[in-house]
Amino acid sequence: MPERKINNFVIKFANVNGSGSASANKLFARSILRMGVPVSARNIFPSNIQGLPTWYEVRVSEKGHLGSRGGVDIMVAMNAQSWNQDQLDIESGGYLIYDSSRPVPASKFRTDITVIGIPITDICNREFKDPRQRQLFRNMVYLGALSSLLAIDIAEVERLIQEQFSSKEALVSPNVQALHFGMDYAAEHFDCPIGFRVKRSSSVGSKIFIDGNSAAALGCVYGGATVAAWYPITPSSSLAESYEKFCKTYRHDHDTGRNSFASIQAEDELASIGMVIGASWNGARAFTCTSGPGISLMQEFIGLAYFAEIPAVIFDVQRGGPSTGMPTRTQQSDILSCAYASHGDTKQILLIPSDPKECFDFGYQAFDFAEKFQTPVFVMSDLDIGMNDHLTDPLEWNDEITYDRGKILSKESLDELAQFGRYLDVDGDGVPYRTLPGTHPSKGAFFTRGTSRDRYAKYSESGVDYQDNMQRLQRKFEQLRTQLPAAIIEEGKTKASIGVIYYGSTEPAMKEALQYLEEDGVSLDSMRIRAFPFGDEVSEFIDSYDRVFLVEQNRDAQMKSLLVSECNVDPNRITSILHYNGSPITARFIRSEITQSLDALKPSRKRKSISQKS
Amino acid sequence: MTFIAKPKLRHPELQRNKHGFTRRDYEGAVSTLCAGCGHDSISAAIIQACYELELPPHRVAKLSGIGCSSKTPTYFLGNAHGFNSVHGRMPSVLTGANLANRDLIYLGVSGDGDSASIGLGQFAHILRRGVNMVYIVENNGVYGLTKGQFSATADRGSKSKRGVENHSASIDLVMLAIELGATYVARGFSGDKSQLVPLIKGAISHRGAAFIDCISPCIAFNNHSGSTKGFDYVREHNEAVNFLDVMTPRDEITADYAPGSVQEIKQHDGTVLRLRKISEDYDVHDRVAAMHYLQKSKAAGDIVTGVLHVDPESPDLHDTLGTVSAPLNSLGKKELCPGKSAIDKFNAARR
Repeated sequence: MPERKINNFVIKFANVNGSGSASANKLFARSILRMGVPVSARNIFPSNIQGLPTWYEVRVSEKGHLGSRGGVDIMVAMNAQSWNQDQLDIESGGYLIYDSSRPVPASKFRTDITVIGIPITDICNREFKDPRQRQLFRNMVYLGALSSLLAIDIAEVERLIQEQFSSKEALVSPNVQALHFGMDYAAEHFDCPIGFRVKRSSSVGSKIFIDGNSAAALGCVYGGATVAAWYPITPSSSLAESYEKFCKTYRHDHDTGRNSFASIQAEDELASIGMVIGASWNGARAFTCTSGPGISLMQEFIGLAYFAEIPAVIFDVQRGGPSTGMPTRTQQSDILSCAYASHGDTKQILLIPSDPKECFDFGYQAFDFAEKFQTPVFVMSDLDIGMNDHLTDPLEWNDEITYDRGKILSKESLDELAQFGRYLDVDGDGVPYRTLPGTHPSKGAFFTRGTSRDRYAKYSESGVDYQDNMQRLQRKFEQLRTQLPAAIIEEGKTKASIGVIYYGSTEPAMKEALQYLEEDGVSLDSMRIRAFPFGDEVSEFIDSYDRVFLVEQNRDAQMKSLLVSECNVDPNRITSILHYNGSPITARFIRSEITQSLDALKPSRKRKSISQKS
Repeated sequence: MTFIAKPKLRHPELQRNKHGFTRRDYEGAVSTLCAGCGHDSISAAIIQACYELELPPHRVAKLSGIGCSSKTPTYFLGNAHGFNSVHGRMPSVLTGANLANRDLIYLGVSGDGDSASIGLGQFAHILRRGVNMVYIVENNGVYGLTKGQFSATADRGSKSKRGVENHSASIDLVMLAIELGATYVARGFSGDKSQLVPLIKGAISHRGAAFIDCISPCIAFNNHSGSTKGFDYVREHNEAVNFLDVMTPRDEITADYAPGSVQEIKQHDGTVLRLRKISEDYDVHDRVAAMHYLQKSKAAGDIVTGVLHVDPESPDLHDTLGTVSAPLNSLGKKELCPGKSAIDKFNAARR
């Protein structure tokens, strides 16, 4: 048994959208986690409700490499539509598992892979009467068969089924039955386990398995958000829905039946951000979640929030653009449209999480930043982080954490104040004091507007007043550099002359690639950017290396543009590595791009071969 | 100009209401609209209504969009917070503000361009959600600030100041509001303050989405012959279906009207809307009949004014959402944050 096949493989399930495969596939991934072996799982799904092909890819990695790997070792081909391509995707020496209820001629199979046929439909038709059950339990049958083939502890799967159906006890036994039909069939007909297999381990530790949208939604609950306004758009809808779900648990008073939250499905993204701005103006913590097209629609309102200095938290779960683009695929292509959102001179705060844990952290912290600096804050997630379950550090909350509501004047402080000026820079930090409607009978009222005004919020068309205000906004923005999450810098094993910059969901693939490059003899120092505006460490990092790579998941090197314009960096010193086909970036891609680029610099040196092992 | 403060001088014997406020305390900055603008009469009516209802001015939030009408919140209730938002989007900002603090009175001021063109979508959705507010459209059928283009409420066949005829059908906001589920719908005329002030008072005391379409002639661009929104035209075609008296709970109820000629509607806060009927067969409770009546009158070229529809019992947005009675913006970490123990359980369930 080659060691490398234990706890180290990629399995892909090719299913038909709407066939109920998602929950069985998730059970598969979680049962391996319960055996202490790290996995990452990715849904590759169409913009469709029923009928089109959908895939679920699980990477099993004892070493904890959880980025997308590329390539497939085991294909569970349950969809005739994608059969040909699915088979082609299997790496040589891999396995094809298929439903053999209908005979497939031998010529249809590749000869360099192992083919395992399980008569899944026949088993279901024999054992179940109800047509819906016959359909649904096909998924459980292949899950059972995989337990035998890959040596997954069936007890773990059964426990998970029990947990999942704890409130619907009647569903447990037919599911477990179906599981056993598959398990028994595979055990009787094949030499189990096959080459690839799962072996109990203790590499998962305290990590949890969660998607970024759920984690971000919980961050909103912990951060004290009481108003959510949103418009359905893939891949962000589940963030709003999770917020509502969590609020029903944590914000619903069972005695009174009342809710301490309000979530509105708005008529469009303009209304969503409008409601967020209205609620924040009136002192509630409010957020919206959207994706690229929604960001485009919100531009005018975002400018109002920037200029009138109203907090707003916006989760942008990025997808492939421009236009409708690739609505169910991942990208990091809204960096510029968010950093400079709206017309006129604007600059916005970006927080860039790399995993669900950071979606939670930045999720609750965003409200502090928005209120402290009275400005919009973007949390730049993406489809890969947002909609896929990731193995991530447990979410942490410290009860000592307090909400920083920023400079809001109470009735008492207004009483003591000689004169209130909404846009007066009292503290010299560019952040003025605000008042909430209804606070004081005779002091602190002002008119909020998107037009130019003086320091006392009075309408003004004076160029002096206008510039005074714009300069204060710039001072406010400048001081953010030291207040936002700093970039994380990691040094290679040996002293490096090359640096690499990355951000967001690229992290797992980048870390894996760095390890391979180290093995190849290429040591790099790395920096993960976590926020805009950039701290000084960002330009210092770029200045310290002969050469800097910048890995991004978009076509136009948007982060590079931002670095060049904001840090005054020589663009020639930054080599972009760009991945933008909509699938998550892989370590294989990064490693090969960096290697090729370095080799091109040294034409005399013999090019190093890259092995495909991982 | 709006930065000109009004002189604080006031008559020493000005009447004060229970909060000790005189009518002057409900005023705002000096208007910068054209002299004689209908909108200024509406601002005056709002001031009068708030004074008569004895509202604490600072407990009102004024929100508007963009346009001449949307400038007016500066000219009344100077001690209230105001928000001049973006064009056509006042309704969403007001909705958000209302969600944050259910205890304030929300007054949305908009125009026909703001609500019937660029903001028609938001106009529709705020009404169907039942946001507790007063939404006034100061309707003059024309874009004033950009110098006289037709708006979507201009009647088909009416003429612009330059003599150009409008060929598009007009949007009737009152019909739309009834259709979309507004629970207090009225139409007034800026030239008839005695009718308008009670309409505003009735709307403020109503719980739910109250909408007032107020015809407000634009003396600069839409007050000529051929216009259907000018003073002369509206006066000639104004068909009031009822006259409203708003009786607050502390008012003495005196009733000496002939049976059937008065309809009394008790609102949620105890206020009674006493409607003296002018048109015998108009029933504000009958939504379908009201729409039919309005259609017929419109076809005949009449402008129906008065209280057009009231449903005093329907739930507002907070009722629908089941929100707590305390304003959401008053809740702190203690009420909102599930804390560490909950997160430990949350983590455990995801292993």
